[in-house]
Amino acid sequence: MFETSLRLALTLTQIGVVMGIVLLTVAILTLLERKVLAWMQDRMGPMEVGPYGILQPVADGLKLFFKEDIIPAGANKLLFSLAPILSLVPALIGFAVIPFGPNISVEFFGVEFKPFVISDINIGILYILAFASIGAYGVILAGWSSNSKYSLLGGLRAAAQLISYELNVALSIVGVLLLAGTLSMVKIVEAQGGNWFFGIIPNWFAFALPFPQFVAFVVFYLASVAETNRLPFDLPEAESELVAGFFTEYSGMRFAFFFLAEYANMILVSCVAAVLFFGGWQAPWPFLQFHGSLEHLAWLSGIFWFTIKVYFFLFMFFWIRATLPRLRYDQLMRFGWKVLLPIALGNVVVTSIMAYIFPNS
Amino acid sequence: MASLIFFYFAGVIIVTATLVVALRNPVFSALSLLVMFFHVAGLYVTLHAEFLAAIQIIVYAGAILVLYLFVVMLLNVKREDQYHRQGPVAVFLGLTLLAEVALVALSGEVPVAPLGPQGPLAAGSAVGNTESIGEVLYTTYLFPFEVASLILLVAMVGAVILSKKGILGSKSS
Repeated sequence: MFETSLRLALTLTQIGVVMGIVLLTVAILTLLERKVLAWMQDRMGPMEVGPYGILQPVADGLKLFFKEDIIPAGANKLLFSLAPILSLVPALIGFAVIPFGPNISVEFFGVEFKPFVISDINIGILYILAFASIGAYGVILAGWSSNSKYSLLGGLRAAAQLISYELNVALSIVGVLLLAGTLSMVKIVEAQGGNWFFGIIPNWFAFALPFPQFVAFVVFYLASVAETNRLPFDLPEAESELVAGFFTEYSGMRFAFFFLAEYANMILVSCVAAVLFFGGWQAPWPFLQFHGSLEHLAWLSGIFWFTIKVYFFLFMFFWIRATLPRLRYDQLMRFGWKVLLPIALGNVVVTSIMAYIFPNS
Repeated sequence: MASLIFFYFAGVIIVTATLVVALRNPVFSALSLLVMFFHVAGLYVTLHAEFLAAIQIIVYAGAILVLYLFVVMLLNVKREDQYHRQGPVAVFLGLTLLAEVALVALSGEVPVAPLGPQGPLAAGSAVGNTESIGEVLYTTYLFPFEVASLILLVAMVGAVILSKKGILGSKSS
């Protein structure tokens, strides 16, 4: 009984810590996005609240918290309240299978637990895909229940876009799964240890033999940008055409939920990209992690490298946003179905052939 | 405990499946179908078929039902008489099927399966559910699997031809 409750308490603590870190990262990201965009456009960005504007996320959060919550007269109240939750929960639930650090066990009052892996289920990556596809319902229902033409158009666009690009996300990771031979996130990372080519190139799936998955990574990343409704694929919320798209009618905390969901999805996608293509917590070269007499601190360097990778992919979101203009709707569809999909399919074929000719290399 | 979980899932599946056809608002119908898909996936998890559960959610809840919702929203059907006076026929057919199932179940000729994993997948819990499904699919059931993919190909070709009809016609004339 004591063991069960202790195990429960430990898992709940882990979940709480991960949720806290994710929400904290969202707060950092809101500031970082404005700052990075500002620097790229030769501006200062937010400067008023705190030194260099670093307290801006707090001010934004307080403002959203105290705003009036409005439900439009013609809206479907039940679905209007349900949509933000349906959007946020799938975005947060995916973090359950992300390995943040090495898969080590720690004994705590006789109970073994893994501090950096909440759950290592044998279908880890499918679990993330499944809940990512549920996130579409929040957007679609928000668009439908608001009883506004802009929201409805945004919701319709989101439905078409998410279905089209989900396919590319799923197909682009098939190559990695072929090489790793498992669906478990932890085992995928463990398969990426070591280096090749005289120890210069890390064995991450983006660069690893027998067939580097770098093209698949590019497809995955572009499709993920589209899945998270970020620029240049943010047609469901294109402000120059649809006011704000599917969340036009939302205000206050309900709006904040959509906002949180979008940023949490960005973090989740970056974590998945780091785990699948760039070796998760693995350091690029063995000398860049704690080893030898500092072996027991290896988890620290593992988390460090994981964080670096995730933040790099998050930075790429902003970089792409600052660089590319928004696509037109037919261009978006053509790009998804006629460019990304054939590349992803070709990658699967070539990877299977290479994995067949050079097994276990 | 296991049977309690089973009856929870089974009960919710029956209720939500009934709501899918009983509700007047097509969006709510689609949502109860979503709840049903999740509980079917839950049943798969209790049978240690995690792979099937994930695929169930990805394919049905994530893709097919989103397309349904897309069409419902595009047509913007608010409230319509969905039954088209099929009620009596439906009740008749439903009662007939129910009677048949009850007869077969009560006759005792078909053994009622105990809860838990069965058949070729039961041994797979050591290997992993995904691997055992792959093994079975590409050895024992290879032919049905290939036929199913051929049927899907035919459906895809049909959809392309239907949507390209106008373009082809204007070129030949």
